[in-house]
Amino acid sequence: MRLTVDHLTRYSYDTPVRSVVQSHRLAPSVFTGQKTLDWEVTVSGGTAGARHRDGAGDTVQGWTIAGPVTEVLVRVRGTVDTEDLSGVLRGHRETVAPDCYLRETAPTRTDAALADLANAATGADPLSLAHALSAAVADAIAYRPGVTHAHTTAAEALALGEGVCQDHAHALIACARARAIPARYVSGYLFATEDGTPHEAAHAWAELHVPGLGWVGFDPANRSCPDARYIRLGSGFDAQDAAPIRGIARGGAREAMDVTVAVQQSAQ
Amino acid sequence: MCLAAAMRGSGWADRCPATGLHKSWANGHAAGAGATETLPAASWLCSIRGQGSAGEAVAQFNEMFQGPGVETEVRIPYARLKDWVATMPQELRSLKQAEAEALFRRIGITFAVYGEGGDPDRLIPFDMFPRVFSGSEWARLERGIKQRARALNAFLVDVYGRGEIIRAGRIPARLVYQNEAYEKSVAGFVPPKGVYSHIVGVDIVRTGPEEFYVLEDNCRTPSGVSYMLESREIMMRMFPDLFRENRIEPVDNYSEKLRRTLASVAPAKCKGEPTVVILTPGHFNSAYYEHSLLADLMGVELVEGQDLFVDGEYVWMRTTEGPRRVDVIYRRIDDAFLDPLCFRPDSMLGIPGLMDVYRSGGVSICSAPGAGVADDKAVYTYVPDMVRFYLGEEPILQNVPTWQCGKPDDLAHVLANLPDLVVKEVHGSGGYGMLVGPKAGRDEIDRFRAKLTEDPGNYIAQPTLALSTVPTFVEEGVAPRHVDLRPYCLVGERIELVPGGLTRVALTEGSLVVNSSQGGGVKDTWVLAE
Amino acid sequence: MLSRTASNLYWIARYMERADTVARLLEVGSRISLLPSAHGYRSEWDSLLQATGMAHAFARKYGDPVQRNIESFLFFDRDNPSSIASCITAARENGRIVRTALTTQVWDALNTAFQELKQLEREERSKLELSRLTDWTMRHAAMLRGAIDATLLRGPGFNFLNIGYYLERGDNTARLMDVKYYVLLPRVDFVGSGLDNYQWTTLLRAMGAQRAFHWAYGGDVTAAKIADFLIRNPQSPRSLATCTAGLMNHLGRLAKAYGRETQAQETARHLAAGIETATVEAIFDEGLHEFLTRYIAEAATLANAIHDSYLSGEMR
Repeated sequence: MRLTVDHLTRYSYDTPVRSVVQSHRLAPSVFTGQKTLDWEVTVSGGTAGARHRDGAGDTVQGWTIAGPVTEVLVRVRGTVDTEDLSGVLRGHRETVAPDCYLRETAPTRTDAALADLANAATGADPLSLAHALSAAVADAIAYRPGVTHAHTTAAEALALGEGVCQDHAHALIACARARAIPARYVSGYLFATEDGTPHEAAHAWAELHVPGLGWVGFDPANRSCPDARYIRLGSGFDAQDAAPIRGIARGGAREAMDVTVAVQQSAQ
Repeated sequence: MCLAAAMRGSGWADRCPATGLHKSWANGHAAGAGATETLPAASWLCSIRGQGSAGEAVAQFNEMFQGPGVETEVRIPYARLKDWVATMPQELRSLKQAEAEALFRRIGITFAVYGEGGDPDRLIPFDMFPRVFSGSEWARLERGIKQRARALNAFLVDVYGRGEIIRAGRIPARLVYQNEAYEKSVAGFVPPKGVYSHIVGVDIVRTGPEEFYVLEDNCRTPSGVSYMLESREIMMRMFPDLFRENRIEPVDNYSEKLRRTLASVAPAKCKGEPTVVILTPGHFNSAYYEHSLLADLMGVELVEGQDLFVDGEYVWMRTTEGPRRVDVIYRRIDDAFLDPLCFRPDSMLGIPGLMDVYRSGGVSICSAPGAGVADDKAVYTYVPDMVRFYLGEEPILQNVPTWQCGKPDDLAHVLANLPDLVVKEVHGSGGYGMLVGPKAGRDEIDRFRAKLTEDPGNYIAQPTLALSTVPTFVEEGVAPRHVDLRPYCLVGERIELVPGGLTRVALTEGSLVVNSSQGGGVKDTWVLAE
Repeated sequence: MLSRTASNLYWIARYMERADTVARLLEVGSRISLLPSAHGYRSEWDSLLQATGMAHAFARKYGDPVQRNIESFLFFDRDNPSSIASCITAARENGRIVRTALTTQVWDALNTAFQELKQLEREERSKLELSRLTDWTMRHAAMLRGAIDATLLRGPGFNFLNIGYYLERGDNTARLMDVKYYVLLPRVDFVGSGLDNYQWTTLLRAMGAQRAFHWAYGGDVTAAKIADFLIRNPQSPRSLATCTAGLMNHLGRLAKAYGRETQAQETARHLAAGIETATVEAIFDEGLHEFLTRYIAEAATLANAIHDSYLSGEMR
């Protein structure tokens, strides 16, 4: 599937800031399921820093914006050819050991309820278990925007029984870890088809490490594994660690953020 | 009269424009955080046995004398000190002691513990009786320390790379990859010259003429080297004759060696003479004096996070002439405070974007972020294995024997010998969750027995050791006091060790606590030329 | 040089100079309060506090301006950022941060002042004569100044220290004059009276310039002579002319060393020209208060330019 992305993030400050520094994970991952045809990130008034590929295989690009500025626009535009690999992250070069992703972070901490949910899941082999965990999370947390926020933890989302893709991913990571399966958070884009899938085009899901297969993506929010509708950007322990844009402004201004994302299918 | 009122606004109570705060405040507050830099920890000392604990007399090695406890035959390195002490009149000694203290205070080398009350300008007691190593004793220590520093660095490069030592089953993956100090963000990165830990402080104790044990490795930012340098300065000023008589190896080239070491790991992108800086959390930090001394001796800038910024592919410092590029940062702050974009989004300290520049080879950071995984308490046990695995050598310096309670055989041994052992939590620190067998009552031992049985993997155990002593000036004259040693090994293009280190001494009789906040002092450490 | 280091040096100088001025102010105040006055002695102190912008903070903490309290407020009170104790502590702390940019003698001077201050703070207040406190402050300010002049390398650090000194001193001279002319004097018809002259003399004395003035001008003390002495006379160590010349000199040396001029040099030239071209007649035509207020505002603009060009580290 050929997907085009137009993703605009607007940061505005109520008083001019002296400078802004950002770190981006905004390039499509390099693996068998994705071929990037063209891709461009622009930052208003920004100077591109050096780029590197980190241990998890993500392309990281630094930006500095000299002030005073009251607005920073980050625009991502590009086209990617995707292929359905049933969620398997094949051909992805990375050095971080999977065991690293057994580490707990605040939003992915396993409480008793998450542990119970995880332990109730059964599977004849690790892959079936992973599917069972993903299904369990999808059953336990209904998709509903607006009830959770950026800092809601997996445990809180489970207690609410509602949340968005970020909460699903956090909960699945917590459950997987409870079953000694390394798991991580993935951020990317989703092409929402006309069948009424309500999810935003900026999307997140989880990857679980399955012996023999490697990293496999699971999207409890859509009860599926990532396929050709997904564009993968980067990963981390949790949403914050995997954030596509991290930034800090110098100066005491209040920051407001506004995001618009459009993912479209285009003719091959 | 309203004219006076009209003037009020123009602000005679002028404020520092940089921050809107008065200068003294503007510079301070946040700086207290940022580095948990301490002198060597005291917690281990509980694992070392002093005089006849548990009722039995233990022979303690006094480094000045042959034979246990009998002050008869003087060991050769101390030969000349015997007369020096014997002929020194009491008045001269008090005079010199006062002189030493005045010198320390004058140069400003005080040990400030902010936030703990007390005198922020407190001095660390200085004992004039030096601690002496013969050339051959030192040669062996030096080989052992360098070997360890090489192995630790090889380990760091490995675990951030392919993890061969883990694949080979020589160290459990969990200990490394789930360690708090393991930085995922630097995986796959090899710092210049393959060095993660550029200054390795190895804490060593001695129990006999040939018996040295490593208590702890410090791969991040070991402090205390200013005491090594200043103690020597003061001894040379006060007792020049001793230095004429004793052929003592110099330590004052440490700063030059440090500078060379740091410059040698400049990033490949740096052409010409690299610009080195020391990054300090600020003047409220207890080691601020040391930071400024090293900056001064090396002739490099002492910077705080606010002095540095990222622009494009490089890190720059703010100078009166405009931005100046920085190539090597010798940081004396913790990983967590380096870059708020990478580690602690809530931290106002640090340099946003620094890690991106670092990872793309625009700047070197010493010690490299992530180096802490090598000096973890649980990883410590495996350092001898690292020496064998990476260097194919037998370790020259021994660890304090440690039983991993997670291993069934070890656990059995520990449970059978609890009254003689020290039991520690693997991830505990500061002496919490620790059992000191010889000092514990039956109840406490039973309580630990239960804990151990329940969660053995969380504990390690070590024997108690009889720590060596060195003669020390005390109220009544000269008496033996327990000591430890921290030498500073420099690792860059070359690996170097200045002959000396920080000797700390427990000034209270029988005490094993050399920690400066609890009555510990420092001594000059001599290595004699062969 | 690191911008932060330059900033610390600059503030060492400003704080020490300010401590010196506060001591002089205390001296003026206590002398004037010995005089009979239309308002009783209290209002004099109040005016002093008002002129320095500290009246509000004082009133909040102490209420009525009683001399004892004013002494505490201006000398010992750490809540008052411009008290002598606050200034000396701040100067010493700034010095500790840039210890390696100072010579042993300069550090000693700063540190000794601070250590003695701690002693003074321990002494019983009733045994401390005001004159002892003010003498002590001025002595230490002079010792630091001497140590800087005698031992410090004539590099950028020396220039930044001096810029701090001259900026603060000019500002303080202007404020002290303004205090005298428009605050101390209760009514305009006192101008030229015996009381007026006494107050001028007191002001000169506070600036340690009484004798110098007489050597330079002779005859009666008049407002015109004093204005000339404290504003235009390049021989007077505290005159605005001396301060602006000092600023020009040290900013000029920086421009030369760095091979470029900044906004700071331009602003300093403007400030200096304003002093050089002003005649006493013109000053009094404009109004002394108006003239001084303008100087203070322009000096503040210069301080901002220096900050932006050198101390903030934002300069590219």
